[in-house]
This record gives sequence, structure tokens and C-alpha cells, in this order.
Amino acid sequence: MNTLAQTWDWLTSSANWSGQDGVWRRLGQHLYLTSVCLVISCAIALPVALVLGHLGKGGALAVNISNVGRAVPTFAVLVLLLLSPIGTWGDWPTVVALVLFAVPPLLTNAYVGMRGVDRDVVRAARGMGMTGSQTLLRVELPLATPLVLTGVRIAAVQLVATATVAALAGGGGLGRIITAGFNLASTPQVVAGAVLVAALALMVEGVFVAVERSAPVWARGQAS
Amino acid sequence: MTATPDDCLARNEWICGDYLSTRREILWDATLQHLQLTFVSVALGLLLAVPLAVAARRLRWAAAPVLGVTTILYTIPSLAMFSLLLPVYGLSASLVVTGLVLYSLTLLVRNILAGLRSVPAEARQAARGMGYGPTRQLLAVELPLALPAAMAGLRIATVSAVSLVTIGAIVGFGGLGNLIYSGMSTYFKAQVLTASVLCVVIAVAADLVLLGIQRVLTPWSRPTRRAAA
Repeated sequence: MNTLAQTWDWLTSSANWSGQDGVWRRLGQHLYLTSVCLVISCAIALPVALVLGHLGKGGALAVNISNVGRAVPTFAVLVLLLLSPIGTWGDWPTVVALVLFAVPPLLTNAYVGMRGVDRDVVRAARGMGMTGSQTLLRVELPLATPLVLTGVRIAAVQLVATATVAALAGGGGLGRIITAGFNLASTPQVVAGAVLVAALALMVEGVFVAVERSAPVWARGQAS
Repeated sequence: MTATPDDCLARNEWICGDYLSTRREILWDATLQHLQLTFVSVALGLLLAVPLAVAARRLRWAAAPVLGVTTILYTIPSLAMFSLLLPVYGLSASLVVTGLVLYSLTLLVRNILAGLRSVPAEARQAARGMGYGPTRQLLAVELPLALPAAMAGLRIATVSAVSLVTIGAIVGFGGLGNLIYSGMSTYFKAQVLTASVLCVVIAVAADLVLLGIQRVLTPWSRPTRRAAA
């Protein structure tokens, strides 16, 4: 119980929120890293997945890449990148690692969503004289949107988690509060940092669930 | 740490045979710890997940809270999860095991429940018609039919656990993660690469072993691959 009270004290003391190592700056870094990497990952993964899904090719790759992503430890990739030549380029090792782990869920879900579109609908679109790209953009993409959004949600939560682990390898973000707490042997600070990270992850998940709920009926998917 | 000036250890190369031969014991201990942490966590997770999934299947009101709580647990990043358990367990292996159990719970409960739900109503009715009580129906009909989905979940949970053990390095119980962590602070490339590769090898080997077990346990069905959740 003592730790809980001390954690509360840590979280409510304004000195911990401001300054170079303060919560606000770390939170800003965390959100910045997460959103930049989410945009990069979407820009890389979604076009590839949509085109592959449209053509019906590369399915084994798109589905299995998630399993590969799960087997490779985030921490190992971060450290390997840190020791590699790009390790000296500031935030780049973190950005590369974050993107690497956000791409698989995006790729898999978008691909599965595209393949899940009713073939009769696609044939009807072709019968109406739509070209390949028209079918992709006006028929398949809208119908695949629920799963694409699910992929984006999983990727966003994954990014928050990976950005936290990046602190172990010297990256910025809220994870730094936790690692600093461990270095100081300050359990209250460790727990306070963990509470902040957990709250952020749950909030990101909550925002995406709310977006999915408020989307038009055709874009609503099954949470999976 | 006294290496002759002209070997791959001194040159700090990524791939180094001398590292393997001189640090065999360290590597072996770390691998063993990695395997123990993974096995204990997944086994405990399975032990808890089966009754939870059965409860969620049998009692309508239990499904939503069980799925909700496990989903929330899964959303919490691993480093935060371990840190939240610090006041309870201190710097110990139990901390890592508890964190990993909580993660495997989500994957296992979700998959076992999906398996139980996919049991055809006809099969359950036939069991009842043959005079099976609820317990016998569960053990002899529903659980075997849920096995393929449950094994798919077990494989995902095991592979994830192997990878997450490395984060345990923050409290000193991370198996091969400990070697990666110490290799990072000393820029010891061979150690980091060797430990990372071993992690992936363990994950792939565990997956293949479980796939083999699944084939033996369910001779009547081909394993179903489901998209990652």
C-alpha cells in the first residue's frame, strides 16, 4: 500500500511533469514517434496489401509475415539496429524497429480484408465495365475497410508498446521514465511510468474502437 | 575477457566462432532460463485459460467480462506490465512469469473459446442423446473438437512468450534477453546477434514441436490456420 501512495505522490508532483525528463516531454516524444511511424507503416504496408489483395497474389507472404513478426523479439531488433551502422543516426534505429513491427498486422489484415470481399460483388463491378483500379478503389477498398481499420488499430497499439521497449535501448518516450526508475531503484517511479504507458495504450485502443463505432454502417467491422 | 589481439572477439565482429566456444556455458544457462520461463508461463496460462474459457462458454454472463479483462491485459505494453508487477514480486523470476501468464491467458482464452463455440450443435445433441452428462460431454466431445483452435492459440502464445521473455532483462530474468541487454551496454556484437538468433530458433522450434503434437492429437483434422488477431 505504501508503494501505491508513493506512486500517487510521484504522479501528482508537478516537478515530475515538467522539464527535460518530465512526463509532458516524454509523452510528446512517445506520441510523435508513434504517429510518425504509424503514417510511415501505413504508407508502406497498405498499398502493397491492397494491390496484392486485388490481384490475389502473395497471400502466403501477407498472412505469414505476422507469425514471423511475433517470433522476432522487439528488444533484439532494437539492440541489433543500435549496434549496426545506423545506430549513430539519432532516432532512426527506433523508427526502423517501430515500422518493422507495425507493418505485419497492417499487411495481414488489409490483405485478408481484400480477399474477404464477396467475389460476386467484384464480378458485378467488372460486368458494369469498371476497370481494375476502379474496382479496387470503389468496390473492394470500401468493403475491406473494417479489417483495414482493425489492422491500423493493432498496429497503433503495437507501436505504443514498441516505443516503450525502445527506452531500454536508449530511445525516448514514456518508457524512459520506467528505465530511469529502475536505474534509481525507485519503485514508485517505475510504477508511475508503467501506469502512464498502460493508460496511453488503453487510450489509443479506446480511440480506435470509438472511431470504428462511429463509422458508417458499411465500415463497421468485427473487432478481432 | 583477455582475448588475443587478432581474433574475432577482439575485432568485435557480428559472427564469431570463438564467442560460441568460449561462452558456451553462459549461452547454455541463458537458453535454459529462457526455456524454463517460457514453459512455466505458458503451462500456467493454459491451466488458467481452460476453466476460464469453459466458464465463459457455459455461463452466458461470464463471457463478456472474461474477454474484456483479458483484452485489456493484452493491450498493456510488456515493459509496463512487468513494471506494474514490481511492487508485488520485486526483482524476481515470478514477476516475469506472472506477466507472461497474463499475456498467454488472452491468446489462449480467446482461441479455446472460439474452438468451443465452433463445436457443431449436432455433435452436442448427439452426445446428450447418447446419455452423456455435462462433464462427460465437455471432456469427451467438446474439448477434443475445440483442440485444433486451442492448439493454434497455444502456438501463438508460446511464440509470443519466447519473444517477450527478453523484456524480462529489465529485472535480470530475461533468459537470452539478459545477454542482449549486457551486450548492448558493452557494444558486444557477437553476443547480441547470437542471443537474438537463438531466440528466433527457440520460437521456431517450439512452434514446430507444438505443430507435431497437434498432428498427433488430432488425426481426424487438418490444422486450420487462422489470420493473426
